[in-house]
Amino acid sequence: MRTRLRMWALLTGALALALPIPSWAQLTTSQLQTWLNSPAASSHVGNITGNAKAGAAPYRRYCVGCHGPLGDGNGENAPYMQPPMFQQPRDFQLGVFKCRSTPTGTLPTDQDLFDAITRGFDRTNMPPWNTLSKQERVDLVAWVKHFSPRWANEKPGTPIVIPPEPEVTGDRIKAGRDVFARVQCWKCHGVQGMANGPSAATLTDDLGRPIAPFNFTDGTRPKCGDSDQDIYRIFMTGLDGTPMPSFADNIKPDEAWDLVFYLRALMSQHSKEKEMAKKLDLKPVDPNAPAGQQ
Amino acid sequence: MRIRMKSRLWKKPYGQHLLATALVLCFLILSASQNANALPAFARKYGLRCSACHESWPMLNYFGQKFKDNGYQLMNDRDAPIWQNPGYWPVTFRITPIWHRVSTGKVAEDTYAGGVITGTTQARVSTSGFDLSGLDFHTGGTVEKNISFYVLPSSDSTASFHFETVMARLDNLGGSPWLNIKLGKFELDNLLSEKRILTLTGNGGIYQTYHFIPVGDGNVFGQIGDNQLGLEYMGHSANDRTRVSAALLSSNDGNVNLITGSNSYTGFFTASQAFDAGKLGVERLGFYAMVGDAATYYRTTGGVPIPGSGIGNKGFSREGFVGQFYFGPHFDLQVVTQHGSDNAWFGQGYGVAIAPDGNGGATCTAAPCPPNNVPGTTLPAGAQAPTWNGATFEAHYVYSPQLIFIGRYELERMSQQANGPGSLTPSASNLGNITTYTMGFRYNPFMTSRAGFAWHNEYNWLHYDGMAPDGSNLNTSELLMGFDFDF
Repeated sequence: MRTRLRMWALLTGALALALPIPSWAQLTTSQLQTWLNSPAASSHVGNITGNAKAGAAPYRRYCVGCHGPLGDGNGENAPYMQPPMFQQPRDFQLGVFKCRSTPTGTLPTDQDLFDAITRGFDRTNMPPWNTLSKQERVDLVAWVKHFSPRWANEKPGTPIVIPPEPEVTGDRIKAGRDVFARVQCWKCHGVQGMANGPSAATLTDDLGRPIAPFNFTDGTRPKCGDSDQDIYRIFMTGLDGTPMPSFADNIKPDEAWDLVFYLRALMSQHSKEKEMAKKLDLKPVDPNAPAGQQ
Repeated sequence: MRIRMKSRLWKKPYGQHLLATALVLCFLILSASQNANALPAFARKYGLRCSACHESWPMLNYFGQKFKDNGYQLMNDRDAPIWQNPGYWPVTFRITPIWHRVSTGKVAEDTYAGGVITGTTQARVSTSGFDLSGLDFHTGGTVEKNISFYVLPSSDSTASFHFETVMARLDNLGGSPWLNIKLGKFELDNLLSEKRILTLTGNGGIYQTYHFIPVGDGNVFGQIGDNQLGLEYMGHSANDRTRVSAALLSSNDGNVNLITGSNSYTGFFTASQAFDAGKLGVERLGFYAMVGDAATYYRTTGGVPIPGSGIGNKGFSREGFVGQFYFGPHFDLQVVTQHGSDNAWFGQGYGVAIAPDGNGGATCTAAPCPPNNVPGTTLPAGAQAPTWNGATFEAHYVYSPQLIFIGRYELERMSQQANGPGSLTPSASNLGNITTYTMGFRYNPFMTSRAGFAWHNEYNWLHYDGMAPDGSNLNTSELLMGFDFDF
């Protein structure tokens, strides 16, 4: 009798110990533990060092509803974020990011991810999280990186060099229009930048989901920032995972600034470029015009 | 609708004590309905979990505060309702079924219950049972980009409704976050929001500092915890670190129809600055000030004040500091201080005489009514302006977004009584002082972007100096457990 009691006690104890194991195992895979204990499980922005473990809590609080507990963009709200009204949350497991300072195909820097969290993305459900402390945001960067094996195997790219912004002139705006025609921005963005180019309706991202080109004329801000430097960076690095390629091999730095000025002139927001283009009576590009004769 | 401890109608000390005791008892038994602004409707609109905006719902975190300051907008160019599913309807309800036990130490009791009154004694009254809070229907959001609204019909636990909040707001005028205008009935710009309080008991479900009124004082207009009618300017930096606001309010304590009188206004001003303190988090320091005047003289008919006839304005003020201190991701301390001062006329019970919905106190329907500052009236000897100091300390331990522990300590201390040493019946220096502790925890068994549910447990203890029927100190306590949910 005593032996049987002891056996039951042992069995009950073993069961009690074993019960938490499945859920615990889901949360702490050996892969995760290895990552979290490695020096790579950190991020660096300015003089702030982020820690992935510390980023787990704010991720759970702020991010998991959209990006999901596994960072695969399959949070509880993902099914309700469908194009064209919204874009689906980023799948961090792919390690592919639109907004980078680094060349196309490379990983973004920690600063890039920090800026994305801070700035948010217009026309999506990703708000600016600039109310969080810097430390929290840097910790989140470290946590976001742990979702993709790319961070374990690759280093971020080297940020592209953006030359100083030249003074805007009418000739530069005209030259920008030539660049706009030459690299065929109009095919997606339309000749007036209204996102109605001949290819616009056919665009999909790398996962085959419909995606719309940026409309320069509806008053919205570019997703990756709306300073002149941000716009320069967008078309020189491309938006990885989308049909927007990098034009770093097609556009020289000087031409890139011309294009920035022309794009500013297309935008509905008030700008000196827009004023100058108006005085120049600048017409939209003509897709049928011979090369160099816009 | 909350019932608060106020004692201003009866000036005799025994009457004061009896009234205060009765009010305390009713207050505790009826418990509090929480007109808190936690909107799963917003979560459903934006797909963010409760925890994104709430440290623990309904209490806002900095992100939620910014969302509110932006006029319930994420500022992602998808805030206008044109971007929503046409079937989206921004409505949320909240109600709280509870069990609670209330114990009041000294209640006046007839010597022979139900019989001929031959005298009174004092006795403890303890009661327990199942109960309900009131019901809140929240609806709020944007009618267009940068034009927002909030409407909150709220009932007490007997389903008697009133409008707790009705306001429309113009946001980001001229494209600047520094220019936002709000008109209607709204919560004052209190960083430690009573409408988002985490506690539910009768005395712990409000901030005493926001409602303190000296014993016998007739001024109910200086309650910064009550929603008020007025116009508010509010401005903030892009990341909400810097915030300022200024509101012009009708001195009606939020009651509609200008019941007490016209031409009396109150100003409420706030400013605060947040600082990034590294691993500690974001710390915020600020101040607030309320300066106003309100009626003390009502024309009468048959001895009863005529609604809306209030004149004879006298002044009052409330001012203090606010601190939100974070010590890492789990622990924070919120502090509000207050120095309050009422004109000596208020101290003698002059002030509100008409308050039909109970929001400002009792209704005078038959003479004799509260003292009326008719021409020729003079203050009694020794009357002076009552002043006091108070502070609220509320600490939170956020174990996770699903589990929060709450501890609060409040103290209200009279520094000058209305009936000074020269008075015929000078008040004890500590008469009306309040000390209260509240502790509890809230556990949310799930955390989604669709609804909120909390298992709530709380204990409150309140000590009221000199407010027992015999003039001794009065202690009350309440234990509460319940389900707090909104959808």
